[in-house]
Amino acid sequence: MNNRDNFGKKFIKYVKANPIVVMLVIVAIIVGFTKDNFFSWKNFGNLMSNTAVRFLIALGVSGCLITKGTDLSAGRQVGLAACLAGILIQRGDYSGKLWNLPQMNMFVVLLIVVVLGALLGLLNGAIITLLKVPPFITTLGTQTIVYGLCLVITDAQPIGGFQKSFTNLINGRIGNANGFHLPYLLFVALVAGIFFWFLYNKMRHGKYMYAIGGNEVAAEVSGVNTTKTLMLIYTTAGIMYGIAGWLLAGKTGGASTSMGMGYELEAIAACTIGGVSTTGGIGTVSGVLVGVLVFELLKIVLQFLGVNPYYNYIVQGIVIVVAVALDVRKYLAKK
Amino acid sequence: MSEYVLEMRGVCKYFPGVKALDHAQLKLRPGKVHALMGENGAGKSTLMKCMFGIYKMDEGDIYIDGQKTVISDPLEAWDKGISMVHQELQPIPARTIGENIFLGRYPMKKALGFIPVVDHDKMYEETEKLLKRVRMDFDPRQKLGTLTVSQMQSVEIAKAVAGNCRVLILDEPTSSLTQNEVEALFRIVEDLKKEGVAVVYISHKMDEILRISDEVTIMRDGQYIGTWDAKELTTEFIITKMVGRELVNLYPKRENVPGDVVFEVEDFTSINPRSFRHCSFNVRKGEILGVAGLVGAQRTELMEGLFGTRSHTSGKIRYQGKELKINRPKDAIDQGIAMLTEDRRGSGIMGVLSVADNISVASLNKYVDYGFMLNTKKIDQLVEENRQKMNIKTPSGKTLIQSLSGGNQQKVLIGRWLANDPDVLILDEPTRGIDVGAKYEIYCIIADLAKQGKSIIMISSEMGELIGMSDRIMVMCDGRITGFIDGKEANQENIMALATQFE
Repeated sequence: MNNRDNFGKKFIKYVKANPIVVMLVIVAIIVGFTKDNFFSWKNFGNLMSNTAVRFLIALGVSGCLITKGTDLSAGRQVGLAACLAGILIQRGDYSGKLWNLPQMNMFVVLLIVVVLGALLGLLNGAIITLLKVPPFITTLGTQTIVYGLCLVITDAQPIGGFQKSFTNLINGRIGNANGFHLPYLLFVALVAGIFFWFLYNKMRHGKYMYAIGGNEVAAEVSGVNTTKTLMLIYTTAGIMYGIAGWLLAGKTGGASTSMGMGYELEAIAACTIGGVSTTGGIGTVSGVLVGVLVFELLKIVLQFLGVNPYYNYIVQGIVIVVAVALDVRKYLAKK
Repeated sequence: MSEYVLEMRGVCKYFPGVKALDHAQLKLRPGKVHALMGENGAGKSTLMKCMFGIYKMDEGDIYIDGQKTVISDPLEAWDKGISMVHQELQPIPARTIGENIFLGRYPMKKALGFIPVVDHDKMYEETEKLLKRVRMDFDPRQKLGTLTVSQMQSVEIAKAVAGNCRVLILDEPTSSLTQNEVEALFRIVEDLKKEGVAVVYISHKMDEILRISDEVTIMRDGQYIGTWDAKELTTEFIITKMVGRELVNLYPKRENVPGDVVFEVEDFTSINPRSFRHCSFNVRKGEILGVAGLVGAQRTELMEGLFGTRSHTSGKIRYQGKELKINRPKDAIDQGIAMLTEDRRGSGIMGVLSVADNISVASLNKYVDYGFMLNTKKIDQLVEENRQKMNIKTPSGKTLIQSLSGGNQQKVLIGRWLANDPDVLILDEPTRGIDVGAKYEIYCIIADLAKQGKSIIMISSEMGELIGMSDRIMVMCDGRITGFIDGKEANQENIMALATQFE
């Protein structure tokens, strides 16, 4: 009885702390029972693979948020990585080949975009820590730079003609597409999730990250190398965007300059819905996962409801604002 | 019938090694505002906690309407008509005003004749009446979190006067209010006076005291100094009575023996011309060096310079003859220096993190396995050791540090530094904002560290603390060191003489 009471209390507490999560789950259940094919393996597989890519991006952003920063360049970095990966991964015999290069191994391409991501992340980190430009402004600037780079290398042309083995691998799965199956992307997300959990909970870097978010001055006084830690956080984020861009190109089977647009905001929103506090020092990997899942669930629900895709943006926007507004409210109330 | 609604007589309260209350007394008349005054640590809060049943008195009695009575817990105090509005409000912002007021004693009714449920209608009706009593016109169903701090305080007062309130304790009620809000609070207090409530008003603000109170009781070092009619008092008189202290065993017996000079600072000068300049001093092994000075004497700045959080132009630091190169805190830490900062919230604790995270953050390198993985067990051990050694009161290592009291937070921070086993400890106002009991414990820790042979530099603005704890006192004025006084010869006069030696 006591246990049940406790569970009830915890449940109610969770509902109150996460109204959006609960609301969306309820809506999803209703949609599931009223629309055909919602509760299907295909749909489940879709949700999993969509979530996987976004989860990587959100993990990257989460470190920036936990240290009271942000990364607005995330989406465009993903876009740049996708485009560069796309160009490099075009078939050797493809007629519309953008750059005249011999056919490249896809994992070499992955390495290249990861290095690019790391460099861009390092650039963000360096501007923030060495030039002391606030993260919001820094990444607003680099976001634009990265988009420009993307336009330059692609000449604003859409990119197709990927190596078949690449798209096959990334869209691959264990099991049958029409029955129960687990997309390979799910395992990528799993590995990334475990790595970040370990990083945040079992390593000095994670502890320093939370310390900086909790009180940067105190962290500095305690001998934490805040410059190094922050640079590492933004660099790690860049690496995640690189991987995500590579995956996204393969998942879509093509790339264009508009790719990744607005992903940073969705990632920030997902983190916030998942309990990462914009006031710093608070956030967990599992929370980020819940946030991303909820966001992707929202999209699929809207799709099944037959909502005009243009309206999707309106609904998503409202969810972002409400989520952050609720988060800020929590903080204001505490004050 | 007694002329006093409540009397406390001969109240004594001992904390380990210190008399927090020494025959204190308080007599409250109905319909009067009684100000309780004294320095930080004079025993005001302790006395109130005794009245409220949070602390058990070691000696002394409480009389209500002339009848001897015992109050053993806050609930009993409440039943007897005593309520308290705490200095730091503890509201539940996500619940409504009504629910906050009736928290824990909701009016109940039976639904369908047998299911007990909260009678919301009755609760909100009652709340509305109570809010009127404190001149508030709010929907009782409004969430508490939507109110301002002063409005929340009014709600807290409404909660306190609900039921049969005869004695209301207001602990530093105006510390976070604007002038207009203070006026609003005073109107409420006047109303309550008319209703015959005896109000105990604790504050440091002289003008408020002289305006609102009818009687004033002054305490010092846990003792009752006297009670006066507020009309006869002047600010000067109150200050004299509050400050003129004699020290009776507020500090532990020190057994440290200062040895050789180990830490030397030579001609240390800030890059800021108005800050510290040409400072030279040394500290012995196992010595406590007190640092005295007025506000603006640049004591903190000098220490921050030594620790690497501030830049300096010239100067040398040596430990055991070896010169130290310090450009940032990490350099200082690596070379055996620790610094407990003045602003506990601003540069000490990481509020939203756990006690374990806070205590281990400066020494994580010691708890790493295989070069990358933190050993959680060892960190738990560190927490446990410190908890026992320093008597840190925390439910567990996972508790958020912001939920601990100031004294316990400070102990965690001291633990953070001791984990690195430093040779030199700089303590900047180590007991600021900490209550008597915890203060004594911190003194004991400091004395013990000195006994272990650590060199301690302690900045303090409390004369008593400096004189009571230091082997030697270094005095600064306007960025310069103006002199040293042996701890045994130090007194308020010779310290002040050096502290005011302006050029």
